[in-house]
Amino acid sequence: MDKKEKRTELKVSAIENGTVIDHIPSHMLFRVIKILGLDNTDNMILFGTNLESKKYGNKGIIKVSNKYFESEEINKIALVAPTASLIEIKDFKVTNKKNVKIPGDIIKIVKCFNPNCITNHQNITTKFKVIQQKPELKLRCYYCEKTTAKDNMVFL
Amino acid sequence: MLVGVVFFVFLINFINAIDRMKNRSLISINDYTTEEYLRILDTAEDFEANPRQSLLNGYVIASLFFEPSTRTRLSFESAISQLGGKIVGFSSSASSSVQKGESLKDTILTVNNYCDLIVMRHPLEGSARYASEVADVPIINAGDGSNQHPTQCLLDLYSIRKTQGKLDNLNVAFVGDLKYGRTVHSLAIALSGFNTTYHLVSPVELKLPSAVKHYIKEKDLTYHQYTDLEEALPHVDIVYMTRIQRERFSDPMEYERVKNSYVLTRNLLKDVKQNLKVLHPLPRVNEISEDVDDTPQAYYFTQALNGVYVRMALLTTILGIK
Ligand SMILES: [Zn+2]
Repeated sequence: MDKKEKRTELKVSAIENGTVIDHIPSHMLFRVIKILGLDNTDNMILFGTNLESKKYGNKGIIKVSNKYFESEEINKIALVAPTASLIEIKDFKVTNKKNVKIPGDIIKIVKCFNPNCITNHQNITTKFKVIQQKPELKLRCYYCEKTTAKDNMVFL
Repeated sequence: MLVGVVFFVFLINFINAIDRMKNRSLISINDYTTEEYLRILDTAEDFEANPRQSLLNGYVIASLFFEPSTRTRLSFESAISQLGGKIVGFSSSASSSVQKGESLKDTILTVNNYCDLIVMRHPLEGSARYASEVADVPIINAGDGSNQHPTQCLLDLYSIRKTQGKLDNLNVAFVGDLKYGRTVHSLAIALSGFNTTYHLVSPVELKLPSAVKHYIKEKDLTYHQYTDLEEALPHVDIVYMTRIQRERFSDPMEYERVKNSYVLTRNLLKDVKQNLKVLHPLPRVNEISEDVDDTPQAYYFTQALNGVYVRMALLTTILGIK
C-alpha cells in the first residue's frame, strides 16, 4: 500500500474487531452491501467510496464491526466485485487476508436474460450454474437452461 | 461361472436403473442417461405388443396444460386411459384458476394433493423444473416454452430404433429450421450417444446453434452441412423434417427465396437408401408434400402412435410399476 492509498484508507476510521472489504469497484459498493445483507444488520458499518486507488483508479471500502464472513458467503460478491479483498481484524490487528472466488452456483444475484423464463414472471429465486469463467463469464439458468453471458448480465 | 457373475452384475445394474428412475421427474433430455433411455424404449416395445394392461388401476394422473397442445395431451391421456388410470386437470389456462392470477407454485401445491404424478405443459421456459422443485409427486415435462419436450425426443428415438433395428452408427438428416426447432436440438443431443453421423440441411440463417453442435464435437462425431436437401438424401437412413416459419427470417424476401428448397416430395425419394424413413414431429404445413404420404418411406403418422407407447413406458417406470 503506498502512502497516498494509506491516507485515503484512513478517511474511513479503523475498527477494533471485524472485517474490512477493500478494493470494491466504486459503482458496485451499494450492490455489495445489499448482496451481503449489510443493509439489514445491527453491526456497526463504515463505508467509503470513490476513494483513490493506485491499482484500480478508484475504489470502495466497507468495514463491518464484529463480523467475519464464511467463504461461501463472501464469494457471492465475486460477480460484482471480483477484485475485492478481505482483511480480518482482531484488536486492531490484521489476523487474516482473503480474496473472493466465483462460486460454482450463483443464487439470487443475477437476473435471467431470457424474457420467457419462469423466473422473470413469478416470485422465484434465480439460480445459475457457472459454465465458463474465462475469457468471458457464462451462466446457465437452472430453470430455462439458457445461457446468460457478461454482455446481457443484469444484477437483481 | 463367469457368465453367471456377468448376468448377476447386469441384473443388479438393471434393478438399480429401475430404482433410480422411480419417482424421478423427467424435465430435460439431459436428466436421463443413455442406458435409462434404452430401458424406456424397451418397456415401450412391451407396451406396443400388449397395450391394454390395467397397470394404472387406482392411480390418478394430473394433466395440466397451461397452454393448449391437443396432440401431446391426447397422446398422454390415451396412454393413461388404456392403462386404466384416471385423469384430472385442464386443457388450457382459460379453464383453470390460473386465469384468476394463481401462481404456478400454488397450482402445483394444490394439484399435488390429488394425484400420483403430474404431466404439465406450460408456455414459460423453466416452469417444469420449478414445478418439480415445488411438488412432492414426480413431474413429466410435456413442453416448457421453447426449452424442452423430452417425451417427443423419446418417441423420436423409439421410431428410429424401430425402423432401423438399431440406434448406433446411423446417418441422420435434420432438415429445415435447425436454429429454433426444439425437437431437433433434443434429438441431436440424444443421438450423440449413438455414434451418429449428422447431415444438417438448412438455410444459412437457420443453422444448428453452436451450443448444440458442441455435443456433436465433444463426442468427435462427423457432421455435414448442406443448403440443398437433394444433396443430403442419398447418404441417410433417417430424414427428420421440420417446418420453416416465415417469422424466423429477418428478411421476408429471403424466406420467399428459400421456402421451397426444404420441401420433401415423392420425386426426391426416388434414389434413396432402401431403409430410409421420413420422420416429422407434426403438425406439418407444406414441408412434406402429400404425395409422400403413401410412399414406403413415410413414417410420421406411425411415429405419432409410438408416442403413446413411450408415454406408457415413462408413466409406469416413474411410478415404479414397470
Ligand atoms: Zn432462465
